[in-house]
Amino acid sequence: MFPTPLEKRPRSAQITYQAFLPLALIIWLLPLIAVANFSIKPEADFVNGNYWGIPSSFEAFSNYGKVFFESNMPRYLWNSLLITVPTVIGAVALSCMAGFALGVYKFKGNLLIFFIFIAGNFVPFQILMVPVRDLTVSLNLYDTKLGLVLFHVAFQTGFCTLFMRNFIRALPFPLIEAARVEGVSEWRIFVFVVLPLMKPALAALAVLIFTFIWNDYFWAIVLTQGPDAQPVTAGITEFNSQFRAAYHLMSAGSIVAALPPVIMFFLMQKHFIAGLTLGAVK
Amino acid sequence: MATTAAPDTQLTAQRGWYKRNEIAITPWLFLLPAMLFFAVYVIIPIAQSFWISFHEWDGLGEKTWVGTANYERLLGWGDQNMDRKFETSFWNNLKWLVLYLLAIPAGLFIALFLNQTVRGIRLYKSLFFFPFVISQVVVGLVFSWFYLPREGLLNAILGFFGAGPVNILGDPTLATYGIIAAGLWPQTAYCMILYLTGLNAVDPEQVEAARLDGAKGWKMLWYVILPQLKPATFIAFVVTIIGALRSFDLISVMTNGGPFGSTRVLSFYMFEESLSEFGFRMGYGAAIAVVLFFIMLGFIVYFLWSMYQEEKGAR
Repeated sequence: MFPTPLEKRPRSAQITYQAFLPLALIIWLLPLIAVANFSIKPEADFVNGNYWGIPSSFEAFSNYGKVFFESNMPRYLWNSLLITVPTVIGAVALSCMAGFALGVYKFKGNLLIFFIFIAGNFVPFQILMVPVRDLTVSLNLYDTKLGLVLFHVAFQTGFCTLFMRNFIRALPFPLIEAARVEGVSEWRIFVFVVLPLMKPALAALAVLIFTFIWNDYFWAIVLTQGPDAQPVTAGITEFNSQFRAAYHLMSAGSIVAALPPVIMFFLMQKHFIAGLTLGAVK
Repeated sequence: MATTAAPDTQLTAQRGWYKRNEIAITPWLFLLPAMLFFAVYVIIPIAQSFWISFHEWDGLGEKTWVGTANYERLLGWGDQNMDRKFETSFWNNLKWLVLYLLAIPAGLFIALFLNQTVRGIRLYKSLFFFPFVISQVVVGLVFSWFYLPREGLLNAILGFFGAGPVNILGDPTLATYGIIAAGLWPQTAYCMILYLTGLNAVDPEQVEAARLDGAKGWKMLWYVILPQLKPATFIAFVVTIIGALRSFDLISVMTNGGPFGSTRVLSFYMFEESLSEFGFRMGYGAAIAVVLFFIMLGFIVYFLWSMYQEEKGAR
C-alpha cells in the first residue's frame, strides 16, 4: 500500500492526519458550504451585510418552501425526470444489444463499428448542434421532451456501447459456447445467459447516465425553451431571473436542482464508481 | 429451452435459412437499432455540419453556397484579418487545455492523501468526490457567488489576510482563470476517484519489495506506483482533454462570454454565432464547429490508436 499506512507511522503523524482530514474537507467544499449557508438565511441578513456569517434566523423552510410552491421549479424537476428516465432505459437497452453483438461475435467490421461508437462519443457537441436542431425542428419535436430524449439516447449509446462491450468481453465465453452446443438460439443466449450476468454493468450505466442527462445543459437550451419541456438545469436560469439578486432563494433553488444526482450517487456509490472508471481500472 | 432444441426437420425452408446463418445475422440484428440512432443523430450530422459550413444560412430559408468564404473570414486567409473573436476563443481554448490538465496531478495528490484506512474514510472519499456529481450549471452558480465582490466568501477570506478585494469575473484578464478554477473543482474530483480505484489495484508485494530496497517518497511514487497507475492516468487524460474542449456550461452560466468577450471559447462562440440574439448565422457557426472538431480529432485519433494497440495486445 502506498503511501505508508498510518498504523505504521508514529502516533503524532496519526493525530495530525486525523485532525487535518476534516479541515481539508471543509476547505475543499467551502464554496458549497457557503451556498448552503446562503440558502438558510433570511433576506434581512443580505441587507445588513451578514453575508457569510451565521444566519441570524433559520429560514430553510420558508426559503425552500418558496422554491417548491412559488416558482416553476417543481415543473422543471418533473421535466428533468421525464427526460432522464426514458433516456436511461433507451440508451441502456440499445447499448446492451450492441455491446452483445460486438463483444460476442467475430465478424468483419466489428472493430471498425466499435471504434466509430467510441469516436462519436468524443466528438464536440457543437458540430452536431445545427443539424440536430434542424432535424428536431423538422420532426416537429422542437421544445418537446421526446426530441431531447431521442437525441440523448442516440448520443449516450456511444459511451454505453463502449462500456457494455468491454464488460461482455470479460465474461466467461465458454458459458455461451456451452449454450450453443445445447442448441439454444442466439437471442435466448442473450436473454437468459448474458443478460443476467450483466446486472452490475446495467446498474453502473444506469446511475452514470442518469447523472449525465440530469446535468445536461447544452442540449436543453438548444432543443427546448420554456417551462413546458425544459429540464431543471435550464430552468434554473429562469428561476434566477424571477428572484434576481435574492441570493437566499437562488441558492436554495440551485441546491434543489443539484440534489437528485447527489442522492443517486450516495445510494449507488459502488456502481457509480465502477461506471466512471469505464471498467478499465478495477 | 426445450422448444428451440426441437428437430429442424419440421421448419419451413425460410426458417431453415435463418437457422443456418443465425450466427452471421444475429449480430447485425442486435446492432441495428443502436447503429440507426447513432447514424441519424451523430454520424450524419457531422457530415451535414461540414456541408453547412460552406453556406450562408439563417436556419430557416434557403442555403446560399459561399464556398470557403466562412473559413476565410474566420482564419483570415487572403487579404482579411483573422476574426478577433475567433482569435480570443482559440487562445482561451488553449488556456483551458493546459490548465485543465492540472486536475490530473491535483487528483493524484488528493487520492494519495485519502488512501489510508482510518475511521470514516469512505465517507470522506465520497464527500471529496461529490463536486463531480453536481451539474456544471450549479457549480458555475456556486462559484460565481463565491467570487462576488461584495457578498462572496473569497473576498472575505482575502480581506482577512489583508489582500484587497478582487472582482474576478468582472476583470477581463482574470475571468477565464476564474472559470477554469471552477471547472477544475469537479474535474479534480473525477481524477481523484480514478486514482483511488487505481491505487486499490497497486500490487502490495511490489511496494514491499521496493521498500526493502530503500525506495520511499517521490522515488517510490515515480518508479513503482505511477507505472502501475498508467491505465488510470490514461483515462484521466482522456476525460480531462475532452472536458476542457467541451467547456460551455460554466462560461455560459458564469460570464456569458464577457466581460468584453474575454472568456469566449470556440464552443461558446459557435453557439453565440448560430443561436443567440446576435442572429442565426448557422453557416459561420458550423465553420467554427468544424475547426473545433479538427482540434479534437487530433486527440481522438491518439486515443483510438492507444485503445487499438491495447485491443491488439488482448487478442
